Amino acid sequence: MNFARRVAYRTAMFIVSIFSVVAIWELYKIIGPQDGGKFFGVSVLPRANNTAMPHVSTMLSRYSRPEVRGSDKKIWAVVLSGAWFSLRLSLVGFFLGTTIGVGLAVLMARFKIVQRGLLPYLVMSQTVPLIALAPLVVSWGGKLEIGSFVWPRWLSASILGTFLAFFPIAVGTLRGLSSAPAAAVELMESYAASWKQTLFKLRFPAAVPFMVPAFKLGASGAVVGVVVAEISTGLKGGIGRLIIEYAREATGDPAKVFTAVFGAAALGLVMAGFVAISDVFLMRNRPKESSI
Amino acid sequence: MLARIKNIMVPLSFGVVFLLLWESAVRVFDLKPYFLAAPSKIFEQFTKNTSRIWDATSVSGTNALVGLIIGTILGIAMSFVLSRFSFLNQLITPLAISLNAIPIFVLVAVLNNMYSITSEIPRRFMVTLVVYFIVLVNVAKGLTQVRSTHVELMRSYAASDIEILRKVRVPNAVPYLFTALKVAAPASVITAFVSEYFGGLQNGLGSRITSNIANSKNAAAWAYVLGACLLGLAFYTVSIILESVTRKGETK
Amino acid sequence: MSAVEVIGASKIFNQGKAQQVDALVDVNLTVNQGEFVSLIGPSGCGKSTLLRLIANLLEPTSGSLMVNNKTVSQARLDQDYGMAFQQAGLFDWRTVSKNIELPLELKGWDKEKRAARAAEMLELVKLPEFANLYPWQLSGGMQQRIAIARALAAHPPLLLMDEPFGALDEMTREYMQGELLRICGETATTVVFVTHSIPEAVYLSNRVVVMSPRPGRITSVIDVDLGAKRNEDTRAADGFFRNITAVREALRGTQAEHASANAIRGLEDR
Repeated sequence: MNFARRVAYRTAMFIVSIFSVVAIWELYKIIGPQDGGKFFGVSVLPRANNTAMPHVSTMLSRYSRPEVRGSDKKIWAVVLSGAWFSLRLSLVGFFLGTTIGVGLAVLMARFKIVQRGLLPYLVMSQTVPLIALAPLVVSWGGKLEIGSFVWPRWLSASILGTFLAFFPIAVGTLRGLSSAPAAAVELMESYAASWKQTLFKLRFPAAVPFMVPAFKLGASGAVVGVVVAEISTGLKGGIGRLIIEYAREATGDPAKVFTAVFGAAALGLVMAGFVAISDVFLMRNRPKESSI
Repeated sequence: MLARIKNIMVPLSFGVVFLLLWESAVRVFDLKPYFLAAPSKIFEQFTKNTSRIWDATSVSGTNALVGLIIGTILGIAMSFVLSRFSFLNQLITPLAISLNAIPIFVLVAVLNNMYSITSEIPRRFMVTLVVYFIVLVNVAKGLTQVRSTHVELMRSYAASDIEILRKVRVPNAVPYLFTALKVAAPASVITAFVSEYFGGLQNGLGSRITSNIANSKNAAAWAYVLGACLLGLAFYTVSIILESVTRKGETK
Repeated sequence: MSAVEVIGASKIFNQGKAQQVDALVDVNLTVNQGEFVSLIGPSGCGKSTLLRLIANLLEPTSGSLMVNNKTVSQARLDQDYGMAFQQAGLFDWRTVSKNIELPLELKGWDKEKRAARAAEMLELVKLPEFANLYPWQLSGGMQQRIAIARALAAHPPLLLMDEPFGALDEMTREYMQGELLRICGETATTVVFVTHSIPEAVYLSNRVVVMSPRPGRITSVIDVDLGAKRNEDTRAADGFFRNITAVREALRGTQAEHASANAIRGLEDR
């Protein structure tokens, strides 16, 4: 009951905060300078006119318009199918990232030498814009052949999602696997349990509270990777491509690009939602303090 | 001492083995450059184009740095406001958390439209926004999640809210700020970089990588990627140095 | 046949280095079948180390240890002993009965047999109605009783306990002591019990082994002459206080070294 009330309160607060953002947007359109504002000769303030900052109502009205004049395909359907396409790529990336991340974590937990040699690079890989590789990896598409398997372009986008997803998962899982209390490890030793038994009966269950937040980061990483790959290479079919296309039409119809931007936001939230559901499921029998 | 040498040698040998494997894989399997360029070729391109790579790096780096600084300042300022007014905190925190799940950088597409086409402002704006939320969430946590014994102790001294803020909350928030910076510094580089994929000026690292690939000069593209990696590492290293300098006087 | 046989066991940490610690030096101890033996002494006296040597969680630097006439490593493989720690150490993600089944699972028992044994153990510790709850829904004392049930689930002849009641409040603690004696009486289990508390050691034990630090060794062994049957009245009996005084005086001999022992604290309290 208490839990339900807290969820309801948070949801309400979230909705209120969305409306506040809308209100600030519209307020700025009223009081902001129409052609941008300058501070010390640098134009810092954005233009408040309808071409640069369309009304929120205009953005929403675009969803019911056809994508191109004369077409019977409405924008909402196009955005939805684009987001669905990117969602599938993100899921592939996420699952690959989870497999690699958890696998690496187990390897590092088992062999200290691997942890010593690999962990610094994993940390480093997060400080460098690996995303720079996006155009490179996507350029494999259609060219790379492994036996009879021709590397599809969409797989490159998923691989980038994997790139960004595996690290938080590897690090979180590793931390979780090593979080098992010393007394519990001793207990398993006193039972003469094998390493594998200790892994599955103790370390993995103990790691769950660490893995769930890691999965959250990984899921958003997968979305970012996929969308960046789509944007940087113009991969057809996904939400990233739509954003680029609609942004080009912004001089004619500035409100249109927002439909795709909201689509990308929805995509991220849906992925986060998947993880949140698994969170509730995995943590249902755990002490309530640690589930926050 | 021995342990320290070991700490460096093990990762170093992993790295060398990796590079050797990469290089020999390219040679043995005769991999096409569009798949993987050999490390030796990349390094050759890197040394040949150093000044051009440096120019592009400084453009992206400046965007990242400006956004990082402004975003950090705004984030800290706002977190003080939030710690004072819990209603605002409850309002903004769910928003900030859900932004974490969203590929927020796509807003560049919108921002580009709000400024003139040759402006670097949209990119800096985007970096600012990303950094702002990272700093905000962490520092606000540091300011509010203080140990209740500490606050009770201060109250028993009849300390004012300002004094509690200065003597308990702010010191408690400092490690949180650096945690945020360690995340925000690389994120600022990545954002600056990704922002260039949305069109606009073609002078940064991101644009150079795309244009080199478009011209099938993949080893050169890798060289720019190397530049990007060095930039990211530089930002991260500075944030670590800053942390260790400010925490020097503290007891462990 | 003795339950535990320790012959000239020594344990030296960081041998040959600057931080060398002589945790145990030349310890000899025999525990008979069905006996309850407590190890008591100040921090750093090696009582936990001795317990871990018997459990084969640590290897002795020299000397030999036997449990039921087997080497300790064979005894560990055969699960000839159960172990309980200061923290109950129950797994949050398992129900109470699944926690008790853990050692049986590792032994490869089938499902029905495990469930039957878990039910039997829950009866033994008088908590049958809690079988399907999770450990964090139980009080500290109940958790510790479940931990004892887990330690005894495979019906081992020997129980090794490392300050199992150290984290409990005094009332719960005395209740648990009574329960432990009842359970061990019913199951005829031999116990080696590490504690900080003099009354606890006296109330529970047939023999109290007093240890001293720097280097860790046994300084005296006190036979507790309170008879086999003990109950709450025992705590008020004259003999109880006489034995407490005897243990206290034996411990006082270790006092001189107490101050220096504090300096290396932390090694013992791992």
